[in-house]
Parts: sequence; structure tokens; C-alpha cells
Amino acid sequence: MSKQYETVIGLEVHVELATKTKIFCSCSTQFGGEPNTHTCPVCTGMPGSLPVLNKQVVEYAAAVGLATGCTITQYCKFDRKNYFYPDNPQNYQISQLYLPICRDGGIEIETENGKKTVGIHEIHMEEDAGKLIHDEWDDSSLVDYNRSGVPLIEIVSEPDMRSAEEVIAYLEKLRLIIQYLGASDCKLQEGSMRADVNLSVREVGAEAFGTRTEMKNLNSFRAIARAIEGEKNRQIDILEAGGQVVQETRRWDDNKECSYAMRSKEDAQDYRYFPEPDLVPVIISDQWLEEIRSRQPEFRDEKRARYKEEYGIPQYDIDIITSEKKLADLFEETIALGCRPKEVSNWLMVETMRLLKEQDMDAADIRFSPAHLAALIGLVEQGKINRTVAKEVFEVMFEQDVDPVSYVEEKGLSMVQDEGALRSTIEEIVKNNPQSVEDYRSGKKKAMGFLVGQTMKAMKGKADPALVNKILLEILG
Amino acid sequence: MAKNVITDEVIEYVGILAKLELSDEEKERAKEDMANMLDYIDMLGELDTSQVEPMSHVFPVSNVFREDTVENGDDREAMLANAPEQKDGCYKVPRTFD
Repeated sequence: MSKQYETVIGLEVHVELATKTKIFCSCSTQFGGEPNTHTCPVCTGMPGSLPVLNKQVVEYAAAVGLATGCTITQYCKFDRKNYFYPDNPQNYQISQLYLPICRDGGIEIETENGKKTVGIHEIHMEEDAGKLIHDEWDDSSLVDYNRSGVPLIEIVSEPDMRSAEEVIAYLEKLRLIIQYLGASDCKLQEGSMRADVNLSVREVGAEAFGTRTEMKNLNSFRAIARAIEGEKNRQIDILEAGGQVVQETRRWDDNKECSYAMRSKEDAQDYRYFPEPDLVPVIISDQWLEEIRSRQPEFRDEKRARYKEEYGIPQYDIDIITSEKKLADLFEETIALGCRPKEVSNWLMVETMRLLKEQDMDAADIRFSPAHLAALIGLVEQGKINRTVAKEVFEVMFEQDVDPVSYVEEKGLSMVQDEGALRSTIEEIVKNNPQSVEDYRSGKKKAMGFLVGQTMKAMKGKADPALVNKILLEILG
Repeated sequence: MAKNVITDEVIEYVGILAKLELSDEEKERAKEDMANMLDYIDMLGELDTSQVEPMSHVFPVSNVFREDTVENGDDREAMLANAPEQKDGCYKVPRTFD
């Protein structure tokens, strides 16, 4: 490759809003219902039915706009985007083209190469489509309209990103902002956050953009990174061979690690948009906007600064705890119950993160309550249980959110407080392990660890290690 | 004779977008109809609209909202009663893919 190329990337991110009902009707948005059990004449496009806008959708969309530095379009309206496909029962999607609710924002991202701002061109509100299931047996497709009419916002970035790292940093930042707002759970795997990647390449130093392609079906950060790499190389190969990139939509196949053309973009461009006649304009008054602004939560960057100041825990801890809203909430709520910040942070960073990873779980799905975590920390600090037992109790708590106090009592896990009983156990162990005792006395301090281990085993883990150490030292002299 | 001219390519393209298969005879008729419609719309251009504010909606109404409360229950049977064909609680359509 003789020439040097630069990759230019812009993103279209669809986010499913966390409303209870659909955007234009009062059907439930709940996930996982039997097919077509959350539908009505509006979301199945029956002639004569009329949409009525869900107010919460406007509030979430405006809140995301404010959090990403956008200007809110205070006079905004909806448009019809026409296309024929069975997942779309009306033959049009209600979306926003001319006056999207948010425009001209941006967020700051940080990668190894430093900080930069990625511009946000616009954010608009629209409705999701239904789901098609292809029936292999009788050459037909089955349609489920439960998702039809679920509210989405589409966040369109400027073509400001230059690498997969920047794209992932941007998506992570967006995800956190929206999660902190409670506007969506933003799960890529489950499709509540979906990213389409617009990518082109050009020679370094060139001012004009190359022809871009749009890539769909990217449902993990890893798939996004691989698709960007694959598409960049595909386009460079075409240009190097003297060819031209065709503007088209491509579908990424993460198993085969390649993309293939879905449809040519020129045809798809002709959506014949026009103002939606069934919906009236939305006017967001200064007062309404102020109300939305006043309800904005504390975002990650603000939390990071405050945790450092207020709790004095290491930056590494802060970064992990604030990387998920659920962890930050648990952290603050447990501290509010009187626990030491570093102690709470340890439980979240070590045991919680380990179990989440092992069980491939999202932090948002954590079941244990701050009250139970605080109670567990209390048991350790009062010397009722030692850390080894505490970890076992925590695993049970992580599964079923049991009350650690009654669990410890029920299972008889409290540490043996009877010093006399402990002393006689230790004397027994010292007697039965003369070799280790000799080793210890001849200077092999490691032998001590063995004796402590034997004692803990004999006590079924229910001894206070500090006390065991103290008694052992007394006996060994 | 209409002033606007609809070419064969345009009528072909409009047919594709509308998912219509037109015979040659229908195409000729549609070309003429569309040209006449465009002529008719062009008459609007004769009006002086420099003093008229662009209108985005015919009704002087704004902010009609619903609260975010679930009111519709499971009405699948009634909904599917309108489907030409159904299977496994779904609408059955000719096989379709991207």
C-alpha cells in the first residue's frame, strides 16, 4: 500500500426509550410478551386509527439533548417516511426530518490519543418497527408487531471519528449519559441500543470525503471494532485496485467476519417525506425546558469529581464504580447507611465484578439491596464473621438477595467466640503437626501459615484469623 | 398537451417505489396523468407568497399528549381477525427479506 489512508466515521445510534407505553398508543412496551399481545389498531396501522404522542418521549428526548449539549428545537414536529416492508404496517414510519427535537450538540471523548469532541448533528424521535420471523418450512414470513411503535431516539453524529477506539469511546459515553438519565437501559446485545456505522476512507490530507457505506447489524462493541477494521480494509483494497466504492447499506456478519451488500442506498433514499398530518406540532416552552433541565441527574464526570473529593477512594475504584449507574447507585446508597466508602467499593469492585463476569450479567440486573450489603459489611466489622465466610454469604446474597444477618444465624456461620474452645483446638493441631512446629521454630515462618490453615479447617472457617494468630504465637512462643 | 414531461425512467422508478407492476399501456396513461398533476400544482407558483408564513399544520393546535400509562391489554384475537392469513399468533405474509 503506497498511499496513506484516513478512516472517517459517523454513527447513527438508535436507542429504545424506557417508557412504559409506546410512542403513539397506550400499548405496553414490555419485552418478551407472546407475539402480537401488545398491539392495537394504532400500532398495527388500521385505517382510521389516530396516533397521540406520549409526553414522556418528548421529555426523555429533550433530556438526552440537554445532556449532550444540543439546542432543543422548541417548535418541533413529526414527518412521514414512506416505505413498503411488512415490519411496517402503516407503510410509513413516523419520524422527524425537518425539525428534529435536538440539534448541534457534541460530547467529549477520551482515548489514548487524548480528548476530543464528537459533534452531534441531531437527535430525532421516531417509532420502532415490528419483527419478522422467517418460516423456513412454508416459504412465508411471520410478523410480530409487539415492537411496532416502541419509542426510539436516533442520535446522528457528525463524521468526526477516525478509529474504532474513538467510536467505542463515543458509544460508551452516550450509553452512560442515557443510563444515568434513566432514559434507556442501552443494552447492545438486546437491541435497546443499536449502532449503524457510516464509514469512508480518503487519502491523508484530502479535504473531500470519500464515498461512504452504512453498516448494520452490529450488536456488540467487539463486532463494531471488527466491522470497522474489515470495512476500512475492503474500501482501501477497492481504491488501491483503481475501483470506486459504491454507496450502499451493508450487513455485517460477525461469524464470517465480513459484510455484504443489503440494498443500494440511492433507491432507499427516496422516502418521500412529508409533514405528518395526524400529529400536531410540539411546542416546548422555556418553562417546560427549564423543568426538564432541573430534573437532570448528576452525570458520570460530575460523580467522578465528587467521589474523589468526598470519599477519597482511588481513581481506579471511582472509574469502575461510575462505569455503571447501578454500581454508582449501590455505592452511594450503601454509604448512606453508614458504611466506609473504601469497604463498599471493595465489595463492588472485587466480588461483584467477579460474579457479574462469571455469570455474564449486566450490572443493571444486580439483585442484592444496599441494605443487605451494609448488613454484611456490618457483620464483618463487628467480628461476627470473617472475610472468607463473608464471601460465601455474599455469593448467596448475589443470587437471591438474602438477609445476611438471618442467613448467618440460620446456617450457624458466626465465628466461634469461645476462646477456650479455640485454644484447645489449636493445641491439638500443634500436637499433631510436630514437623511444622519444628520448621517454625527453626526460622521457617511459612510453617505458621500451614498451622493457621489447619486451624481454620478444623473450625470449619468460623474462627477469627487474628485470634488464631494470637493464640498460635502464644503457644509456639 | 401537458407542460411537464414524465420520462420512461421516472415512471419506471415511481412504479418500483410504489411496488406496482404497470403494463406499457398503463405506463403511458400514468405518464400523462402525472404530467397533468404537476401542471396543476405548478399553478401555485403563480401566487405571490412572499408575505405568507410557511405553515406546518392546518390546525391551530399544539401539544396534544398522552400520559405514559398502559391502558391497552392483550387484544390479539381481535387484532388478528383482520389478518388475511395467520400462524402461531403472527400475521403470515409472503416470504420477505432484505
